[in-house]
Amino acid sequence: MLIKDRDLEQIAYLARINIDKDYFPSLKQELESILDLVKKINSADTESVKPMFHPLDLFQPLRKDEVTEKDEREKLQKNAPLSQAGLFLVPKVIEDQG
Amino acid sequence: MPELYQLTIKEKLEGLKNSSFSSLELTESYLERIKRIDPELNSYITVIEEEARVKAKESDQRYQAGSPLPLDGIPIAHKDIFCTEGVLTSCGSKMLANFISPYSSTVVKKYEESGSVVLGKTNMDEFAMGSSNETSYFGPVKNPWNNKCVPGGSSGGSAACVSAGLAAGATATDTGGSIRQPAALCGLTGIKPTYGRVSRYGMVAFASSLDQGGVLTKTAEDAAYLLKAMSGHDPKDSTSLNVEVPDYINEINQDIKGLRIGLPKEFFSMNLPQHVEKSISDALKVFEKLGTKIKEVELPHLDLSLPVYYVIAPAECSANLSRYDGVKFGYRCENPKDLDDLYMRTREEGFGPEVKRRVLIGTYALSAGYYDAYYLKALKCRRLIAGDFDNAFKSVDLILSPTAPDISFALGEKSSNPVEMYKQDIFTIPANLAGLPAISIPCGKHKGLPLGLQLMSKSLEESKLLRTAHHFQLNSDWHKSWPSL
Repeated sequence: MLIKDRDLEQIAYLARINIDKDYFPSLKQELESILDLVKKINSADTESVKPMFHPLDLFQPLRKDEVTEKDEREKLQKNAPLSQAGLFLVPKVIEDQG
Repeated sequence: MPELYQLTIKEKLEGLKNSSFSSLELTESYLERIKRIDPELNSYITVIEEEARVKAKESDQRYQAGSPLPLDGIPIAHKDIFCTEGVLTSCGSKMLANFISPYSSTVVKKYEESGSVVLGKTNMDEFAMGSSNETSYFGPVKNPWNNKCVPGGSSGGSAACVSAGLAAGATATDTGGSIRQPAALCGLTGIKPTYGRVSRYGMVAFASSLDQGGVLTKTAEDAAYLLKAMSGHDPKDSTSLNVEVPDYINEINQDIKGLRIGLPKEFFSMNLPQHVEKSISDALKVFEKLGTKIKEVELPHLDLSLPVYYVIAPAECSANLSRYDGVKFGYRCENPKDLDDLYMRTREEGFGPEVKRRVLIGTYALSAGYYDAYYLKALKCRRLIAGDFDNAFKSVDLILSPTAPDISFALGEKSSNPVEMYKQDIFTIPANLAGLPAISIPCGKHKGLPLGLQLMSKSLEESKLLRTAHHFQLNSDWHKSWPSL
């Protein structure tokens, strides 16, 4: 399985991880070696096999729609890299009008 | 007279009850050893000295009042993947190197309620991704049996600290072998229970359909004490099993005569090193002497395990780790110019190389056009593997194999070749894929380094695993030795 620079750029953007171009050759090689390991799954006949999402085939239990967690905004925001007036701060997302 | 750290948990509890020593004395003896030995091993990320003393004193008061809790005064350590309120919970990553957890995981709470004293949080591979503890942001852990070698991973810190007598036992997690492989490499007992037996609430997620908490201890009996304390249904984890937890401690003495132990021929046709084969055949003699029956079984799809795992685990990890975005908690890059730049540089700088590789592989396997070929196909193969176990357990009670392909290896030996490293888990991954419980116990030594064997059973039969391991340990000495430090 060959990974092209363009593929790696696209995957890295989907994963939102910036990757320095210097690492491309070694990283492509590592990822190819993992995909090479993985390709063995193609040899299995799974024609009539259902996918197994849960190791014990159990389903998600449902609970009553009740509020169980307290409002702990201040406590939780102590770990925030940047916050103000109870809000998380991020770079501006609205484009300048001109 | 053995030193305090060398006593089993049962002996420690008896000593505390008889006032042979106090919980504070026991705790101080561990803190002293940590100060002396851990700077070299690096098994702890955080030691919570003062808090441990406070808890030990509370425990002593309960003994004086004659109403001790089940694990009162037993000093343990938690893998740094279990959220602990008010304490750094780093998961071995730069991404969480400043994360003081605002709440405690169910596992941490259950140990608090059992009266145990927490000495600190142990080192680990970053986000539990690794088999050598070399991917930790906090530096590698060394194997107490040979400080040029790795302790295994991802629970390498927990394994090294228990093996060196720096805690009476430690919590750990296992997604593809992260409890059992370090147990084998450090000469310990390590049990990964059935998927859903131990709550995952507050346990930092790596691959949610595979992750399971468990323990690392010197003996199977110690493991029974700790596993009992941490197991049970938790409404806060939707995958937690609502079934009763047996009394592992009492059931451990029940006979194992007549149990049928299966040897998968696929594992034993792998060209194992001679010393590994010998340790297994010696162990089989012990099991035969104990009245068990040994027979060959077939697990025809076993060779799919590693490939299936390296689709499913990265896929789930890429989804789980999307939460680390530099906004609500954890690391954040400096001077982001826009939102995408904030995400992309935060994750570039906050994650190490192995985590990035797995997130990228997972993203690829889940991306449009590849989902069916990789992820869905792997999930179908997963059912084939689970089906193999269902069939095998029709004719045997337990399945035995080596835990790891060989003894521990030198620091740096495999870190530049991810796929070589992944092969460390070739024997342990199948149990995670099928959700089955499995235990590793010491069964030999080669070049002064421990070897381990693994037993797997049907779901929810942890008691049978502990019992079989315990009877083996009553008839062998591998678990008794301590590294000289």
